[in-house]
Parts: sequence; structure tokens; C-alpha cells
Amino acid sequence: MPQGAYLRLLLFFLGPAVLVYTLFSIYPLLATILNSFYSRQSDGSHLWAGLGNFHTLLLDPTWSGPFWNALKNNVIFFLIHMSVQNPIGLLLAALLSLPRLRFRATYRTLIFMPTMLSVVVIGFVWQLILSPLWGIARMFLNFFGLGFLFAPWLGVESSALITVSLISVWQFVGIPMILIYTALLAIPDELIDAATVDGLNQFQAFMWVKLPLIWPTIGLVSILTFVNNFNAFDLIYAMKGALAGPNFSTDIMGTLFYRTFFGNQLQLGNPAMGSAIATMMLIIILIGVMAYLFLVQRRIQRYSF
Amino acid sequence: MRKPLSAFAVHAILGLYTLLALFPIVLVVMNSFKARRAIFNTPLHPPSPANFDPVGYARVFGDSSLAFYYLNSITVTAGAIILTLLFGAMAAWALTEYKFRWNTLLALFLSIGIMVPIRLGSVAIIQLVAELNLINTLTALILVYTAQNLPLAIFILSEFIAQIPKDLREAARCDGLSEYNIFFHVILPLIRPAMATVAVFTMIPVWNDLWFPLLLAPAGGRQTITLGVQQFLGQYITDWNAVLAALSTAIVPVLLLYVIFSRQLIRGLTSGAVK
Repeated sequence: MPQGAYLRLLLFFLGPAVLVYTLFSIYPLLATILNSFYSRQSDGSHLWAGLGNFHTLLLDPTWSGPFWNALKNNVIFFLIHMSVQNPIGLLLAALLSLPRLRFRATYRTLIFMPTMLSVVVIGFVWQLILSPLWGIARMFLNFFGLGFLFAPWLGVESSALITVSLISVWQFVGIPMILIYTALLAIPDELIDAATVDGLNQFQAFMWVKLPLIWPTIGLVSILTFVNNFNAFDLIYAMKGALAGPNFSTDIMGTLFYRTFFGNQLQLGNPAMGSAIATMMLIIILIGVMAYLFLVQRRIQRYSF
Repeated sequence: MRKPLSAFAVHAILGLYTLLALFPIVLVVMNSFKARRAIFNTPLHPPSPANFDPVGYARVFGDSSLAFYYLNSITVTAGAIILTLLFGAMAAWALTEYKFRWNTLLALFLSIGIMVPIRLGSVAIIQLVAELNLINTLTALILVYTAQNLPLAIFILSEFIAQIPKDLREAARCDGLSEYNIFFHVILPLIRPAMATVAVFTMIPVWNDLWFPLLLAPAGGRQTITLGVQQFLGQYITDWNAVLAALSTAIVPVLLLYVIFSRQLIRGLTSGAVK
């Protein structure tokens, strides 16, 4: 093929994807990072600020307070997902993949249902259920004789973040479940049969044969959880608004970023600081992804059957 | 599952968890058909002729804008899926078929978006969209979602195209088909299953997203249904009938689609993410 025709061919096939992706994904990411090194003057002009915005964000008390608070809350948000969502997902996947289980497809379809719905809808549904006004949650606790435990969890500083995290866990437990379930199905039956012949029971076979084989999937689930959690926004915004109340106790990086960039009742919007926060989020996510790629994925042996 | 006791325990756990997953959804849909008094006095009772009251739905559908928001969501989702599939398949084909310089580098460049969320570039996306005069347009949303979904689409479609036997393309070349015809008439029909996979799991996050509609098209009748419902809920927060009906109208169509496509969707999720 002549050089020109070949070039035209490549341009035709690759051009649209590269153009849209570069313009709306890579360029904005780079521009945001660049933005975070400038500060906006009162006359609207931009001034090179070096690491000034980051210095302000991390050390100036009016900025560092909210930043560390959001980061801490985000870490808690992530840890709750890791310690509740993923183990439950693993348990459900283990049960679903048991041989000769009846209603397998029905369970799988129904448990995955909440994951399909918009976070906005889920947030509101749970807000109604937990509302003291409707009293559904209290009714249930009363039924078990635990009525005294009821509190407006979403409205109390000490429990709001945990409550919101658990709602998110409830919605997204389907994702680890499905991913781990598929990995378990890919393990050949002969392997399990061999283990059972060797005298292992179902539980031991799971612990000693299946679990080691699905470590790569659990690693993948963990990094997906990490990226999604440090990028979360919708649920908190839908349930608690941009101010992430009460008293910022549910504020995470996503809501802090939104509030800083757009401004709110308490402060004016600040694109430069917003960019600095977004850049910090990018750095956090990249550290997570790098740690996963270099520490976890490298050490895992990949088994192929 | 030989021992009946352990089989019972397994079904008990799965059954209980299924109830936990469904209960909030069923509760909301059920109560959306009831009169206000019944919603509060007997929330766990199913709707019956005695307590039936569709006033919430009257309010939701009386607010004619919600119908438009549905249309907006359908347009945005369909637009993003079509562009993602077309551009993604074209790029995947070129990357797997033609061994040009920078091929690997370009593939690496295109895969950055798989792990780095495009949301973090929002500040610059808004500025860009404003400069292009696309604020409060569906076009802006379609382009952003296309950019967001292209990396994974290219990745999955490339793996699929690589599996197509080489003989097939060579045979087509011998028959004198141009490279363009080979792609559109031989390759595209062959990768239809993979494209269905990409389509289903492009669809859900785009339909459900709140972030970009909030940033790029928050007003002017260009809201998507997710944002529209969020704004509607904020407005009618004390009107429980309206709130429950609005939530139900957002839930039911998605769940119907899900039940119809669940097999394909779950296969898609797994084949895409496990590799």
C-alpha cells in the first residue's frame, strides 16, 4: 500500500477515538494539573504560584482542616468497603458457586439489583427508611426488641459517615460478588474433586484450594474499590448535599472538590484550589494503582487452566 | 450439597441477603401507590383498593419536564453508546491489525483512562465545554461519556478482534475488498457479541451518573432523568406521595431492562473486568 493511503487509513480508523479521548479526557486531566500551579488574581488573571496552592491546601489552617478531614473520612469510607463489602461479596460468591445449588441465577440476579440503580435513588430510598418520621428502621428494631438502639443515624455526627458507607456497601456488594463468582466458576471441577478425594471438606477445599486461586481477582476487586471510593461523590451529594453534613462529618474528597470548585453558601468558588484538590485525588489514586501494579500484581502467579 | 442441613443454611443465608437487597426497593415501590395516611400507618402493607391513591404519580407526571428528562437520558445514553462502539471498534481494529510505529505507545496512551477517572479533569472539562459553547447541551455529555468509555471499549474489542482468525481477513483481501470494506462488512458483524457486552456496561453508569449532568447540563431543560429526579426530590421533599412516586418511576424502568438483559449484562461485566 502506498505511504499516503496507509496514513489516511490509520487516520480514518484511529482519528475519531484519539481526538475525542485526548480532547475530553487527557487534555482536561493535564490542564487540571497545570491549573493547580496557578492562582487566580482578583482581576481574573492567572499567576504562576508554583506549589503555593498545595502549600495552602496542606498547611494553611482554613484549608488544611477541611482537607485532612475529607481525606480521613475518605479513608474510613474505603476501609468500611474493604472490611464489609468485599468479605460479604466473597461469602455470597462462595455460596453461589457451590455445585448443584438451586435458584443460583435467581439469587444472583436479585442480589445484583441494587447495583443497577442510580446512587441518587438509593440514597433517597435509605434516607426515607432511616427517617424517624417514617419509622421503618425503628419498627424493625422494635420487632427484635432492640428499639432502644434507634437513633437518627444520618443526622448524628458520630454515625453519619458509617451509615452512608454502609448504604454504599449495600448497593455495591454485587460487584465483588459477581467478579469473585466468575473467578470461582473458572476453577476446574477436577481440582476440587481431587481435594475432596484427599479428604478435604467443602469449607477446607474453599480455604486451601479455591481461595489461593482467586487472589488475583480479590486484588482486582480491592483496587477497583479503592479507585471508586476515592472518586466517590454522588451518594454523599444526594443524601447530605454539597456541605456533607452534619458539620462536614460525611465530607469526602469528591464533595470537598465540588464545594471548593463551585463554591457554596459559605465560600466563593475557587478553580485554582479546586484543581489542586483534584490533583491530590489524582496522586492518591495513582499511588493506589501503582502499589497494586507493582506490589500485588507482580507477586501473584497467574494460573491458567 | 449432600447434607440437607448445610444446604438449608446456604439457602437461608442467600435468601436473607436477597431479602435485604430487595426490601428497600419493594417498600418504596409498594408505598408509592398508597394514600399518605397508609404510607405512615401501615408502611409494610401492600397496596390494596382500600388504601390505593395515585396522587404521587399524578404530581410526577403532571410535572411534564420529567418526560423530557427521560428523553434526554435516552439521547445521551444512546449517543454515548453509538460513538463509543463505532470509534472504539475502529481504533481497536487499527491497533490490532496494523503494525505501525508508535502502535504500542498509542495503545498504552489509550489505556490510561481505564484506571484514571476522567472526573478529576472536571475543572478543565467545564472550561473546555464553556469555550465550545456546549454548556447545557446534550452534545457535551455525549462527548464526555464517549471519552470516558473509550479506553475500556478499545481494550475489550481489541482482545476480541485479535481472536478472529487471520485467514478470514487475508481471504477478504484476496477477494479485493478494501481495508474499509473489510472492517465494516467483515469485522464489524463478527464482533457484534463483544459490542453488546461493551454496550450494556457503558449504559448503566452513563444513565445513572449525577456528576457530569450536574456540572455540564444542570438547567435549561437539558437535565438527565437522574439529575431531574434529584432536583424533583429536593423540591417536593415533604410530599411523600410525590417522592415515593418519583423514586419508583426512576427505579422500575431500569429494573425491567435489567431483568430482560441480566444474563448478557452479567456476562459482560465478568468477561470485561476479569481479564
